[in-house]
Amino acid sequence: MSEHTIKMPDVGEGVAEAELVEWNVKPGDLVREDDVLAAVMTDKATVEIPSPVEGEITWLGAEVGDTVSVGSPIVRIKTAGGDSETGEGEVTETTAAEPEPEKATDAPLKEVAKKPEKKPADEAHRQVPTPRTFGAPRAEGEKPVASPAVRLRAREAGIDLRQVPGSGPAGRILHEDIDAYLRAGPSPAGAIARHPDTSVEEVKIIGLRRRIAEKMALAKSRIPHITYVEEIDVTALEDLRASLNISRKSDRPKLTILPFLIQAMVVAIRDQPALNAHFDDDAGVVRRYGGVHVGIAAQTDAGLVVPVVRHAEARDLWDSATEVNRLAEAARAGTATREELSGSTITITSLGAMGGVATTPVINHPEVAIVGVNKIMVRPVWDGAAFQPRKMMNLSSSFDHRVIDGWDAARFIQRIKALLETPAMIFVEA
Amino acid sequence: MKEITCKLLVIGAGPGGYVCAIRAGQLGIDTVVVEAAKPGGTCLNVGCIPSKALIHAAEEFEKASHWAAGETPLGISVAKPALDFGRTIAWKDSVVGRLTTGVAGLLKKAGVKVVVGRAHFRDGKTVEVETETGTQVIRAEAIVIATGSTPVELPFLPFGGSVISSTEALALTEVPATLAVVGGGYIGLELGTAYAKLGAKVTVVEAEDRILPLYDAELTRPVSKNLAALGVEVMTGAKARGLSKKGDALLVETGNGEKKIAAEKVLVTVGRKPLTEGWGLEEIDLDMSGRFIRIDDHCRTSMRGVYAIGDVTGEPMLAHRAMAQGEMVAEIIAGKSRGWDKRCIPAICFTDPEIVSAGLSPEEARAAGRDVKVANFPFSANGRAMSRLAEAGFVRILARADNHLVLGIQAVGQGVSELAAVFGLAIEMGATLEDVAGTIHAHPTQGEAFQEAALRALGHALHI
Repeated sequence: MSEHTIKMPDVGEGVAEAELVEWNVKPGDLVREDDVLAAVMTDKATVEIPSPVEGEITWLGAEVGDTVSVGSPIVRIKTAGGDSETGEGEVTETTAAEPEPEKATDAPLKEVAKKPEKKPADEAHRQVPTPRTFGAPRAEGEKPVASPAVRLRAREAGIDLRQVPGSGPAGRILHEDIDAYLRAGPSPAGAIARHPDTSVEEVKIIGLRRRIAEKMALAKSRIPHITYVEEIDVTALEDLRASLNISRKSDRPKLTILPFLIQAMVVAIRDQPALNAHFDDDAGVVRRYGGVHVGIAAQTDAGLVVPVVRHAEARDLWDSATEVNRLAEAARAGTATREELSGSTITITSLGAMGGVATTPVINHPEVAIVGVNKIMVRPVWDGAAFQPRKMMNLSSSFDHRVIDGWDAARFIQRIKALLETPAMIFVEA
Repeated sequence: MKEITCKLLVIGAGPGGYVCAIRAGQLGIDTVVVEAAKPGGTCLNVGCIPSKALIHAAEEFEKASHWAAGETPLGISVAKPALDFGRTIAWKDSVVGRLTTGVAGLLKKAGVKVVVGRAHFRDGKTVEVETETGTQVIRAEAIVIATGSTPVELPFLPFGGSVISSTEALALTEVPATLAVVGGGYIGLELGTAYAKLGAKVTVVEAEDRILPLYDAELTRPVSKNLAALGVEVMTGAKARGLSKKGDALLVETGNGEKKIAAEKVLVTVGRKPLTEGWGLEEIDLDMSGRFIRIDDHCRTSMRGVYAIGDVTGEPMLAHRAMAQGEMVAEIIAGKSRGWDKRCIPAICFTDPEIVSAGLSPEEARAAGRDVKVANFPFSANGRAMSRLAEAGFVRILARADNHLVLGIQAVGQGVSELAAVFGLAIEMGATLEDVAGTIHAHPTQGEAFQEAALRALGHALHI
């Protein structure tokens, strides 16, 4: 005689336990293969447990209403047959198939080798093929099994195979399972669900990125920033710029806002040289420079670099424009020299069309001021009688508050505002 | 020299690099591959292929010697064979030559540009190559590092003179009268066996307590037995200490003191190390995983746009792993959705008899807490094996006890290397014991032992 222990089957979808809701048998009952033994309920469905064998029920492992974890024994069935010669009871389990590893591996090779034709028939008979279920859902966290072709198809269709139930042997995912999964579409429970991406990519901060990081940390840790945002009406400036661009000589560059701003800053610095300076805080010295060397923060593939328009005070509008273009090109191509990338005394930062409404620029240490250009937008402006559509642009500028007071900062920006709003004043001495 | 700009640059044209380049070329990617030597890498030039040629020649010679000695039951007798080792090596070189030329042709056909020289990283997008005609700068959007590996040198047995690596062992001018092999791994045993068959007196010195420590004792037993039959002395638990003063013997420390082993040549095969020096790893500062370059399941390194494949990325250092990685990376760079999802990388020892292993070994499965069924089927009960005097060995299958999913397959026996294909396919397809048992295996073949092992695991083997 042998005894089968039936365990709570894996009812799927990551369910670790199920409630026993009904017994169809009691100890002493005789059952045939496929007779229903019990019903269990998960939060999703009720599942019937059929008997895998014919025999007599000897033991029930739970009562109705009990919550039973997957893999726990719930029924034992005594079966007829088995090994009557030895009379030894054999215990078989159904959810975990009969283990018999040692028997197979330890079969002495020599012995069988001598008489391969003589089959130990009785032994072969005793080894009853074990029943088991095909296509059982996978336990949680178990790797899905699928052929390389199915894996490739899933990957290309963006399907996470962990979400696909497998109907093949050992829960293998078949092409048909992918078809069914695709037909079903995203399930309400979110089977195609977005799953959390727990990956972490470590990116080493090296090279230019590290230098930028160090520079920014230095600036922010040493310099108490004060940021001042003011709006500028650039309607007149834009008209002038458009006219100049149309009538310019062919060898002259197309003008952007930048060369005008550079020229306006040169004029404003004449009255406020304190803004065009380096603050050597270790030495406790502010160095005011005669020359206005304007750094232009530029984005490159590698990161932020700041090429410098040297001696802007000695350049006219066109010359400034040419120099800005040349430097931007060199910076992007990675051919800017060390000299071209250092020595600025004041900096402009502009993100062009991405310039936003306001920014809080970080001062290019050891400078004391940085002027940030925000994007130009047509905004309604009240002229005292009606709203007028005007081209408006904000300047967001930061100053080193240790050496520049708010009043000086405001005066500097107001001067620039006046110059840009009436651009002729940039070029004509008052 | 004019700079080259390309989409993909592959450094190294070994099995990983050349496959990556060919696949990339097929996918229309503008690809350049840099190689300092001939295409094919270690595998084609000084590894897999030449060693197999030498092993084959040795097998044939040994067979003839065996016949001449009147030791075969086949009723064949021949005169004592003679060996022209120069011709053996020349033939081996011709096989290698045909294959390296073939690879060069495949690269050309795929539209891949080959730059001959040694590459050195300038940064993550730029490489300088020292070519015969000067420095060639190559800029690429993506770079694949496939620099491979080299034999490990022992400080007290530096390569040179009579101390040789596998590379020199494949290009000797004559069969040494005595050969000491330091390291009883698969490379040392393959070459040691070949030279023993060619007539050398071979001694294998292994520090562990048995040969082929990466395989279980059940698998290696037939190999040990045959080594003894070939007259190869295997010293386990023994450590090489250096050459004798005269340089004609190897000093070995054993449990019973120091021994002197006469050795015309000392072959050191104590493993291979990833080639991470000499090409500018320090310029790009990649994250490492031990001595290997760290990669993720897309073969990406810690630097964006820089990939690494093959021996430089870790164990197992096998050509077919590198090839699969190379193919995958080429497809990823072409924008396809790919990831490393292989279930097994089969491994083969071309010893006599051969060993093949795919998937988990019984020990590994048990260590992983798996409840498994294991069964083997001996070749002594296989008609084809008997009819070709190849009764040593067996096929072993290992499956999950609950759903019979095949987790591992191993075999030891003559010619079992060719079974690697079906073993790999079974595991990759997610076969169960019933799948293997239910497949008709042609009779009479040694492959039937695979089906029988599955049947035996299910409790109803037919021929045992």
